[in-house]
Amino acid sequence: MNITAASKGTQPKPIVEKETLLDIRNLKTYYPVKGGFLKRTIGHVKAVDDISFEIKKGETLGLVGESGCGKSTTGRTILRLLKPTDGQILFEGKDITAISGTELRRARQDFQMVFQDPYASLNPTQSVGDIISEPIRNYKKISKKELKSEVLDLLSRVGLPAEAYDKYGHEFSGGQRQRIGIARALALKPKLIIADEPVSALDVSVQSQVLNLLKELQDEFDLTYLFIAHDLSVVKHMSDRIGVMYLGNMVEIATNDSLYEEPLHPYTQALISAIPEADPKKRKKRIILEGDVPSPQNPPSGCPFHTRCPMAKEECSQIKPALKEVKPGHHVACILY
Amino acid sequence: MARLTSGQKETPLLEIKDLQTGFKIGKDYYNAVEKVSFRVDRRKIVGIVGESGCGKSVMSLSVMQLLPKGIGKVRGGEINFEGRDLSKLSEREMNKIRGKDISMIFQEPMTALNPVFTIGYQLEEVLLNHENITKKEARLKGIALLKSVGIPRPEKIVDEYPHQLSGGMRQRVMISMAIACQPKLLIADEPTTALDVTVQAQILELLKDIQEVNDMSIIMITHDLGVVAEICDEVIVMYAGKIVERTDVETLFESPKHPYTQLLMDAIPKMDERKEKLATIDGLVPSIKQMPQVGCRFANRCPKAMPECTVITPQLEEDEANHEVACLLYKNSTPMERVGQR
Repeated sequence: MNITAASKGTQPKPIVEKETLLDIRNLKTYYPVKGGFLKRTIGHVKAVDDISFEIKKGETLGLVGESGCGKSTTGRTILRLLKPTDGQILFEGKDITAISGTELRRARQDFQMVFQDPYASLNPTQSVGDIISEPIRNYKKISKKELKSEVLDLLSRVGLPAEAYDKYGHEFSGGQRQRIGIARALALKPKLIIADEPVSALDVSVQSQVLNLLKELQDEFDLTYLFIAHDLSVVKHMSDRIGVMYLGNMVEIATNDSLYEEPLHPYTQALISAIPEADPKKRKKRIILEGDVPSPQNPPSGCPFHTRCPMAKEECSQIKPALKEVKPGHHVACILY
Repeated sequence: MARLTSGQKETPLLEIKDLQTGFKIGKDYYNAVEKVSFRVDRRKIVGIVGESGCGKSVMSLSVMQLLPKGIGKVRGGEINFEGRDLSKLSEREMNKIRGKDISMIFQEPMTALNPVFTIGYQLEEVLLNHENITKKEARLKGIALLKSVGIPRPEKIVDEYPHQLSGGMRQRVMISMAIACQPKLLIADEPTTALDVTVQAQILELLKDIQEVNDMSIIMITHDLGVVAEICDEVIVMYAGKIVERTDVETLFESPKHPYTQLLMDAIPKMDERKEKLATIDGLVPSIKQMPQVGCRFANRCPKAMPECTVITPQLEEDEANHEVACLLYKNSTPMERVGQR
């Protein structure tokens, strides 16, 4: 299959033939809750509770869900910034769940992160040149001259002028800062980039610039993205496949079109229905969910969504449905299917 | 319900004329809102959209007379609320209007609520200030208000503190306080920006219901065109302290005229189409100190800019019935006349 031709057109990229880059199996990340006089662990917040998915090479997997659903924790656990409680993370077939020390350090060259808040994620005491060259200095032995030319290259690649090299983070606007963050993530030519809400702090006109840039870079460097966001229209724009999370569980995962055209899980349906569309003629009858997301420390029994689900049946409070393939490539965790 | 069109004769609830609000930087004032005029009719929801720094929040603070003292100041124009110019009122007179006739809800409900007082205390405070009732009555009315905004177990929540509630619940509490005295105008400054979409849908639904039940007008300040399309009747698009376009919501989304509005709409990813590239707007909003004094403020970023755009200041003028735009592409008069007008 001719990859260069495929990466150009507007058609969604074929995903069947590609090899798996990241394979997540039954991943669990719990945060301990300490309490009482002796600060003993009295419970767990099950931020990520047994999720499994794969990302193919060159693909973008979107993760959506409301705040507290565990999407950021998933991203951070994959980067091994958090220690998984259970499960496996396979990167290019290699288990990175338990590695540590030099091995982990070496592995981390291949996956980088772009953060949400471009104001908090840049060190205010470092110049832009220092920020972007730091990862390279950490991993490669190259001369100062080469280092600088590499950084300047990265700057121009993300659409920043060469003068930015000696400036500091505060001299830039939000969108430009996010470009600096992207340049830093690209510095080591990673294979996987985890973008955690990369545009949610930006204005729409700037948001579109950053989204376009991320897409261009993906084609150019053959990057794989895990794109985490709460804005469903942004996720739809960016992703090949999308996973919907609720209370630490993956409730549905499907290709982009399949998910939006025919959402199966009642939660996905409500989520899609809740998005206000920029078209006053489409003021539709929405599925309005009652109440809030329950506390992940004390999640409901059975299906985690049954307390708010408009279609809940009696057995939903007892049986926790597993994610199963209902149609080719379309997985859903709901007893209705 | 019979909706009044803006053409019919009824004094507008709020009429802003040539409003100029400036901020003091060093010794000089720089205008964040520059000669803005618009009206809000009764029972209407008017949306104000624009990106950060376009002056939309400053305008609402000018209406409420809540500009930071000694720094922000209304420097010209009128803010006529039911025929009274709010910018000329004393602090005491304004206190009687704030919270009673005009009230406001903010983006971040946690910072707008006082963490050391119970929900009930803060709600009763509004009622006791503006209405002649006893504490006991205020408490009962407070509980009824909480119930009316969809808070479960209001008789319990009334004795709880803001941190015990979720973001959506806090915004409901804010709304209950804002509508406590049945204001005629509610200013909602990004009320759903900090909330999840499912909760946002709940809050927008609630605002629509309240607006109809209470016969109130709403100024909805937001950067989200989706929210505008969802609940507004009329829309004002602002850029760099000025109104660039104003019309009813259907017309705006069907045929946006100003290049800025057009770009703004093309920049958001749409649910029902898939495109590789989104529209972008090059450059940045000029800073308040470097605002061009002559010409269109969008000219340096505008893909349709003409040489005269930097020389002639476009005025907000009606191009079609009830559709005003400030752009030379749509001028009725000749450029020469405009130079004279400026």
